[in-house]
Amino acid sequence: MQKKLNQKAWFLVLPVFLLVAFSAVIPLMTVVNYSVQDSFGNNEFYWVGTEWFVEILNSERFHGALGRQLLFSAIILMIEVPLGIWVALKMPQKGWGASVCLVLMALPLLIPWNVVGTIWQIFAREDIGLLGHSLAALGISYNYTQNALDAWITVIIMDVWHWTSLVVLLCYAGLSSIPDAFYQAAKIDGASKWAVFRYIQFPKMKRVLLIAVLLRFMDSFMIYTEPFVVTGGGPGNATTFLSIDLVKMAIGQFDLGPAAAFSLVYFLIVLLLSWVFYTVMTARDGDGS
Amino acid sequence: MAKIHLKDIAHSYLPTPAGAEDYALKPLDHTWEDGSAYALLGPSGCGKTTLLNIISGLLTPSKGSVIFGDDDVTQKDTAHRNIAQVFQFPVIYDTMTVRENLEFPLRNRGVAPADIEARVAEIAGMLKITERLDDRAANLSADAKQIISLGRGLVRSDVNAILFDEPLTMIDPHKKWELRSRLKELHQQFGFTMVYVTHDQTEALTFADKVVVMFEGEVVQIGTPEELFERPAHTFVGYFIGSPGMNILPASVSGNKATVGTREITLGADYGTPKGKLEIGIRPEFLKLTSGDDAVIDSVEDLGRHKIVRLTFEGHAVAVLVPEGDTVPTGKTGLMFDPMRTLVYCDSHLVTGAK
Repeated sequence: MQKKLNQKAWFLVLPVFLLVAFSAVIPLMTVVNYSVQDSFGNNEFYWVGTEWFVEILNSERFHGALGRQLLFSAIILMIEVPLGIWVALKMPQKGWGASVCLVLMALPLLIPWNVVGTIWQIFAREDIGLLGHSLAALGISYNYTQNALDAWITVIIMDVWHWTSLVVLLCYAGLSSIPDAFYQAAKIDGASKWAVFRYIQFPKMKRVLLIAVLLRFMDSFMIYTEPFVVTGGGPGNATTFLSIDLVKMAIGQFDLGPAAAFSLVYFLIVLLLSWVFYTVMTARDGDGS
Repeated sequence: MAKIHLKDIAHSYLPTPAGAEDYALKPLDHTWEDGSAYALLGPSGCGKTTLLNIISGLLTPSKGSVIFGDDDVTQKDTAHRNIAQVFQFPVIYDTMTVRENLEFPLRNRGVAPADIEARVAEIAGMLKITERLDDRAANLSADAKQIISLGRGLVRSDVNAILFDEPLTMIDPHKKWELRSRLKELHQQFGFTMVYVTHDQTEALTFADKVVVMFEGEVVQIGTPEELFERPAHTFVGYFIGSPGMNILPASVSGNKATVGTREITLGADYGTPKGKLEIGIRPEFLKLTSGDDAVIDSVEDLGRHKIVRLTFEGHAVAVLVPEGDTVPTGKTGLMFDPMRTLVYCDSHLVTGAK
């Protein structure tokens, strides 16, 4: 029997199309539109082609922000991933201790970004903050508003405090899925603690760890609120990461064209690096189950 | 090789056990003879795994000691006992090849590489997995994984007992039989002591020289499959072993007569006048249908080789096994007890009468 082609089904997906169009496609295309035009206010736009892209890719300012951003993401990944794994391994797996730990771990994740920023902004202040004041009392010179290194340390510790929990919770979930028999068999096989980690725990955590690394990379690469609240990107440009720079350009200076080109380049970098992470981390998985 | 002596052991998971009911494993003293195959049989939660983990050292008993040969190993950890254990879940190291899996226990013990290679080759030959040695272990089927778990135990030359904790639960039915006969073959070949936990009576009876039946944390009988069938020491054994299980009927006993309801049954021995909760037990195989009107037939299940007749006798459900070819009457029937096969239980334990 010949099946009758029924095109009416397209109407059923129309609502989703509309939703996606208004939430993603249209805003993105607007940015693309800005990135190839120049405007002088009055809603007058002129075609400039790839000029803004060339300018952005050659600008010292963008290079500086990108370099700081890469360094920041690299540092927090190097701290948060091993630390998260270590904490997850040390957490109790059973009993009331496990629940208490889980709640404590979840707490930082529940705090809004700008509140985290405010907490640390006050906490680290030299005059009234517990941390800043204590350090000053101990004779350690510390001032995150004037010293670039101190600003970096503050922002990094704040991010570790805020987000290590996410890695911990994901790793913990991976660890919980390992049946007791594996540990018992390892005992019988005379495996050392390291061997248990290397051959049982780590392989079981690998999948969730991939998600953890991707999430942490993307989030840290797009970090805005916390450093904005704590340091405002300073001192100087010391903690001006890509997002902060982008906002300055788009809203502070109202350079819509360059900012749009910046956004697109930024988006492509995140996409590319995420793909690299994913490919590298799943490369050895190959034929695995 | 050495025998394993469990000296007066008992175990409770509570820190301060009060009464008998707090013990997951009730007091037990038993020697596992070197080179025998034992099956540990019982329903779920009866303490089988607890007992097994005490032998392997994953658990330290609350009381008593575990002695291998002349060596008290109660406080020694698992790695230092000459024990291997195969679990319900096939445990393999996913990231390794089959060969690396087999090498793992030896490498952890610092065996010389040349010896490791020789030993792995030998064991792989015996398990017939030589051609799969370089495959990734993660891609194998469940039964092949279980063989490798076993291989990791066998590869150690010092192992004198291998413990199996329901190793066939996760295996497909048609592979089960194959794997079971392989295990039996290997047992005959190597001569290690084998303790095999299961809740499947067929598995236990076909596999073991001796079956240890456990019930509510207590070892209720240790015996050959024949002994378990003919003289169950506990009503639970009678009920658990055999298909259908033993008929257990509340009765009063005096001398060589037992009375169930209004019916008097002749026994094969003189029991005097025992005190306690009295029951008589008889296997369906030893009951015969006769002409009479003692019992009412409820249903007949024809299994081809024999028929199982379910009837109501003095208000109790009774099963009778009727051989192929015998006709089964409908409605009422007489019931004849074989006196030599009618056993008496006092408080669930077998009573021996005087001849």
